[in-house]
Amino acid sequence: MAYGDFVIQRDLTFAVAHGDIFIIMGGSGCGKSTLLRHLVGLKAPAKGRVYYGDTSFWEAPPQEQEKIMRGFGILYQSGALWSSLTLAENVSLPLKEFTNYSSTQVRELVALKLSLVGLAGFEDFYPSEISGGMQKRAGLARAMALDPDILFFDEPSAGLDPVSARRLDDLILELRDSLGATVVIVTHELASIFAIGNNAVFLDPETRTMIATGNPNTLLAECDHPTVRSFLTRGEDDG
Amino acid sequence: MADDTYGLKYVVVKQDTLLVQLYGSWEVSDDRQPALEALKSSLKNNGLRKVEFDTRKMSAWNSGLLTFLLNIHALCAKNHIEMTRSGLPKGVERILSLALAVPEKKDARTTPQRAPFVDKVGAWAIEQGGAAVEMIDFIGKVFVASLKMLRGKARFRTSDLMLFIQQTGAQALPIVTLISLLVGLILAFVGAVQLQMFGAQIYVANLVGLAMSREMGAMMAGIIMAGRTGAAFAAQLGTMQVNEEIDAFKTMGIDPIEFLVLPRMLALVLMMPLLCIYADLMGILGGALVGIGMLDISAVEYYIQTKASLNLTHFGVGVFKSAVFGILVAIAGCLRGMQCGRSSSAVGDAATSAVVTGIVFIIVSDAVMTIIFTIVGI
Repeated sequence: MAYGDFVIQRDLTFAVAHGDIFIIMGGSGCGKSTLLRHLVGLKAPAKGRVYYGDTSFWEAPPQEQEKIMRGFGILYQSGALWSSLTLAENVSLPLKEFTNYSSTQVRELVALKLSLVGLAGFEDFYPSEISGGMQKRAGLARAMALDPDILFFDEPSAGLDPVSARRLDDLILELRDSLGATVVIVTHELASIFAIGNNAVFLDPETRTMIATGNPNTLLAECDHPTVRSFLTRGEDDG
Repeated sequence: MADDTYGLKYVVVKQDTLLVQLYGSWEVSDDRQPALEALKSSLKNNGLRKVEFDTRKMSAWNSGLLTFLLNIHALCAKNHIEMTRSGLPKGVERILSLALAVPEKKDARTTPQRAPFVDKVGAWAIEQGGAAVEMIDFIGKVFVASLKMLRGKARFRTSDLMLFIQQTGAQALPIVTLISLLVGLILAFVGAVQLQMFGAQIYVANLVGLAMSREMGAMMAGIIMAGRTGAAFAAQLGTMQVNEEIDAFKTMGIDPIEFLVLPRMLALVLMMPLLCIYADLMGILGGALVGIGMLDISAVEYYIQTKASLNLTHFGVGVFKSAVFGILVAIAGCLRGMQCGRSSSAVGDAATSAVVTGIVFIIVSDAVMTIIFTIVGI
């Protein structure tokens, strides 16, 4: 993974299984968000492959890529809602583009998705008129619009108070169980990592490669690497 | 508060120790350099090994004291002198420890190497090559999307198109009116002075009519739109880029070129010819004002003369040019917007670049079209 000549991370190998809640974590500046961009089709890796099932994503033809991307639901760090559209229009845009639902059905689906994230009644608000936490929840509603197979979250608890972060965790678990979705989360919120993550990869900005993989709770119990220990124990166990 | 009730005194005790006595209210914000110089010379001259502090008579302090002490610390470190902090107030001691705890990261900032001139030229050329490729790529994508639109399959919101038509068309009328009127006026003025020498001032009508309809109407409208609309498009798309909204379109499977660029371009292509005709009219009107007011030509005379000198071809040339300018301004604005970096200052740069690029496109294409029309004989 590189920007021009500057290599951010190298030699990353990991697998995400169906139904996993997979955490990508590491210190600041280690390239977590860049890795996410490689996975969701926004930036081609300098070297290497990303496989979805048996298909190598970046070597596949555009139609293949589009089909795979149609199954993604992505929550960006700031919500990335389309600022000139209301919440309802934000959530309904993917529905109108990619499905044949009637306008009544679309309206009902939009109301459903928004109520799932606790924003029922805010359909006609613009993103600039609601708080940051609400924007994130609306972004999640939009990510779920097409019932995706894989959900990607970029720092979902950034800027959320502890209670909202906990509610988001519960929602993620619910989605995994009811939709059968696989979830990939880029985060450094320890509470969430231990509460819901069942597999993880740890990226190190100093050595610029991955230094641990596995279940976060297992890593906490068994991993010896000082950087990982320091991260997982919030600096209390400084190697 | 200009309080002169603070100060310090250097006292040498025990032969190798300098005692720095600080007294008064050290809440000051002026230059401590003279005191530091004095300390430097005492350290050098007296073969001192230690520096201690006595602050019993000091009543208050602020960051000014802290930077002073840090300077002393650096001085002592350089000359291998031990600095004892125990005589300082507790709060000062703790902040000093905090400030000195993490050693300065030496390579955090890379010193810019001054590259030789040839290197810089080479790097610039390579950069321009990359920029040219990006532009051609963008134009290609826009072209493909336009073909889709002509087949009726492009995906954008009609309400967006209507909004852009209103913004680029109706809302531009006031400024187009003002500028075209004045340009026509100026052209007539300049021409009149020369033509009056031959008593041929009636031909001002020809001059203004031809210049406006063939050239100036389209060009003035184009440049106004480049400044007004090109910058707006770049800023809109640039801000969306900063907020990751364009990424969200891409990952959602919606082509941002179809959804964002096409309605803007279509609005400009539709509105520019109309604005051009309107600008032509205003310019001729401006010329008429000069003719009637300064040259004693009657309104009817001016009207007949103008009508006689113009034909549909002249207007056609201007309108065609304005449509081309519309496309170019839209491309320049949207390209710069989507190339925008991820900071707020980048949005400003994108808007500026959009205006400059738009104007350059307009002038270059105008020259090319004029040459072609001259050769073809239109």
